[in-house]
Amino acid sequence: MSHAAFIAIAVLTLAAALAAASLSKLIHAALCLALVFIGVAAFYFLLGAEFVGLVQVFVYVGAVAVLIVFTILLTRRESERPAPFKWGGAIVAVAVFVSLLWTILKTSTLPAVAPAVTPLTVKHIGDSLMTAYVWPLQCVGLILTAALIGSLVLVIEEKP
Amino acid sequence: MVHRFPSSKVSGGFLDQIFVWTKQQVLSVFTDAPEWVVQIVSSLINIAAVLGTFLTLFALISVLERKILGRIQNRYGPNRVGPFGLFQPVADGIKMLIKEDIVPFRADQVVHFLAPIMMVLPAILALGVIPYGRNMTAFAIDGGILFFFAVGSMTELAVFMAGWGSNNKFSMLGAMRAIAQMVSYELPLIITVLPVVMIVGSLSPDAIVAAQGGYAHGLVPRWFVFTPWGGAAFILFFISGLVESNRTPFDVPEGESEIVAGHMTEYSGFKYATFFMAEYFGMFAISGLAVTLFLGGWHAPIRFLEVVPSYVWFFAKLSALLFVFIWIRGTLPRTRVDQVMNFAWKFVLPMAFTCIISAAVWHYQAHGLAGWLGSFAVVAVVYLSLSYVLDTRKKFAPRVYRFAE
Repeated sequence: MSHAAFIAIAVLTLAAALAAASLSKLIHAALCLALVFIGVAAFYFLLGAEFVGLVQVFVYVGAVAVLIVFTILLTRRESERPAPFKWGGAIVAVAVFVSLLWTILKTSTLPAVAPAVTPLTVKHIGDSLMTAYVWPLQCVGLILTAALIGSLVLVIEEKP
Repeated sequence: MVHRFPSSKVSGGFLDQIFVWTKQQVLSVFTDAPEWVVQIVSSLINIAAVLGTFLTLFALISVLERKILGRIQNRYGPNRVGPFGLFQPVADGIKMLIKEDIVPFRADQVVHFLAPIMMVLPAILALGVIPYGRNMTAFAIDGGILFFFAVGSMTELAVFMAGWGSNNKFSMLGAMRAIAQMVSYELPLIITVLPVVMIVGSLSPDAIVAAQGGYAHGLVPRWFVFTPWGGAAFILFFISGLVESNRTPFDVPEGESEIVAGHMTEYSGFKYATFFMAEYFGMFAISGLAVTLFLGGWHAPIRFLEVVPSYVWFFAKLSALLFVFIWIRGTLPRTRVDQVMNFAWKFVLPMAFTCIISAAVWHYQAHGLAGWLGSFAVVAVVYLSLSYVLDTRKKFAPRVYRFAE
């Protein structure tokens, strides 16, 4: 059951990723990217990481995809023209792939039987966020607030 | 000081559990089948039940809305098809199905086609996590509330697809308006849910309903709407829900006097009906969540009425909220875009934060009378000072006409 689900999700996610990288219309590519995000969320669900999966949908599909789509909408004039092949992009992509592959190969093989993990509930996450990780949480909050104020400063109308 | 909520009874009467029992009878046919078959059949039964119930409710509410609006506007409403016009949805459905499906020549065909489907999908998914009665949650997961908002956030992408795919300036303007107000009101919508989650200590809708069981002093039900923070949060949640489902007075995305029908301008026939259905399903989902979070879910309001099955109570409360939706639509004029936005950021959001502080006061006074009064004071002080600060002190004088006297 879970094998079939894994294969189905993997095929769908990879196909969407391929489409996102190769479609000529930028909006189509962005929408396919949203599909990739949903596929990754489905993987989290399959692995039992319910919370991470939900946050993935929440943040990536609900916010990041909308942001990308709006960026394209507000900046592009002619989105139909096919872009010429760029060597810089290809080099970066290959470099990222090689470094990922290197990391994967370097990782020592995991034991075949997964160790028993207590199911991680939202309550546990909340507890550790408020005790062990309270300082990182506050720092992230500060950075996000600074970003929010910064964006406001950028767009605010100056009174003549 | 840890306050324990009384856990609700799991078992109910036969009439109360009749749907659960029926499902178990159907599943008992598959005792010899492998595990995954049983799982799939069980899911299919749940999906069929939710879809069937809400499609029926959709048909019913579409005619009732027109009836109620007619009553408010001093006319009859639909009364030709069937007794009291009750078969009107059937006629509407046939009309929508046989209408021509027009796709603009320069539209983005695929996106234009997928947008209505993407629109109705999150609404149906969100309906799955709401407990409709004792042991009657179609998709009971630990983070049900989070699931509700996660799938709800996909709606914005669907609205964008509709606006972009139509290749029409009115569609695009409507979609941008819709997304702007949805993003703005998603924040207060989620923040008003936070106090409930914090008090109950769980993101599971079933746990939240269970926490609202029982009666204070044996009389008043322990629904969160009867606490000061809960009452304020409920009103704010309801307002944000109105905006999220694009209902009057916040239906600027489809203001027909300015931008035709917003993102639905280029849709006709059954695709338009699908948008219509998505809007109503979204309304059902938001109202259902409001019932779950604040109005005690499927709990009865008075102890001796507990013999009435739990799902009857849930749908009675849901119908009451839907009636308020229709009532508001029949009563209030449409707001302006800037009014909607100012209201979100200057009033609704600070009040939503106040609800969290107010809930904390209530919680640390052991849910007693002192906590109730303190909590009420917090809400009242913030409400009064906000209304003082936001008051524009405009004097309203009778309008003076220069030429049309």
